[in-house]
Amino acid sequence: MGIPEVPMMKAIVTVTLKPSILDPQGEAVAHALNHMGVKGVKSVRIGKHIELEIEGGEEKGLRAKLEEISKELLSNPVMENFHLDLRAGG
Amino acid sequence: MRFAVVQFPGSNCDQDCVHALQVLGQEARLVWHGETKIDPEEGVILPGGFSYGDYLRCGAIARFSPIMKSVKQAAERGQVVVGICNGFQILCEAGLLPGALTRNEGLHFRCEPAWIRVETPASRFTSHYGTGEMLKIPIAHGEGCYRASPEILQELEAQQRVLFRYCNAEGQGVRDGNPNGSSHNIAGICNDRRNVLGLMPHPERCCEVEMGGVDGRGILLGAAGVGRKI
Repeated sequence: MGIPEVPMMKAIVTVTLKPSILDPQGEAVAHALNHMGVKGVKSVRIGKHIELEIEGGEEKGLRAKLEEISKELLSNPVMENFHLDLRAGG
Repeated sequence: MRFAVVQFPGSNCDQDCVHALQVLGQEARLVWHGETKIDPEEGVILPGGFSYGDYLRCGAIARFSPIMKSVKQAAERGQVVVGICNGFQILCEAGLLPGALTRNEGLHFRCEPAWIRVETPASRFTSHYGTGEMLKIPIAHGEGCYRASPEILQELEAQQRVLFRYCNAEGQGVRDGNPNGSSHNIAGICNDRRNVLGLMPHPERCCEVEMGGVDGRGILLGAAGVGRKI
């Protein structure tokens, strides 16, 4: 008899700047690529990759809760979009 | 008037604000962000700095500090709230002012005196100045590029809530006078009740002749409700 395993969920939130918002960081990286001699990169946009490990299985309301977290804290809806990916496992 | 100057972990203009207010004959006390008490007759200053190391986004974490609930209530009661630099970023994140401050267009951290133009004397914060009056006030920020939806920008303009705009040395609101790429050259805005001000320039850094200028005095004195022109 082992210890019962707590089911885990992993949420990956990807935050990106809205297309209308200028990304000077991305532009700087694009310039650096040009200096490296890399050809053909039309644009670079930089975002954030946020991983959350959550105890418990996919309960009702988890996705809605994560959407709320993403809107309220992880992203700023004035300038950013987010994409939520929820999967089983830690 | 007494001001509560909020200290977040990473604030670094808190002492300067207290000093400047005292120089101007006002009372000021430091309030740790974990506290929850703002007196009903106090003004509130959210100072500049790098609250929580600017983690996630500038001002994003500070917004959830315990004191912020009281700051929100104070603003709703009509008390004066001024957010300077990082404080402006916090006010936007907290929804007390619309829009957001994003990375400076040129990527550089700009630390220099900047010209700003007073757009209207119709607010307590600008009551010491005339329309079009130019002020030279230090800026020091990497994320001061103001962005908002076209609808919000239109509303800010229509309601004369853009109190300060970056300008060149001739007073023109043009691209070469704008250090960070802000929409409409916006340097400072107020809420619709006109009791909450957010601005990127640092008025507390130019309140004494020894500091190289006194152009910031009127903003802080106006916030304190002290009559026009001293």
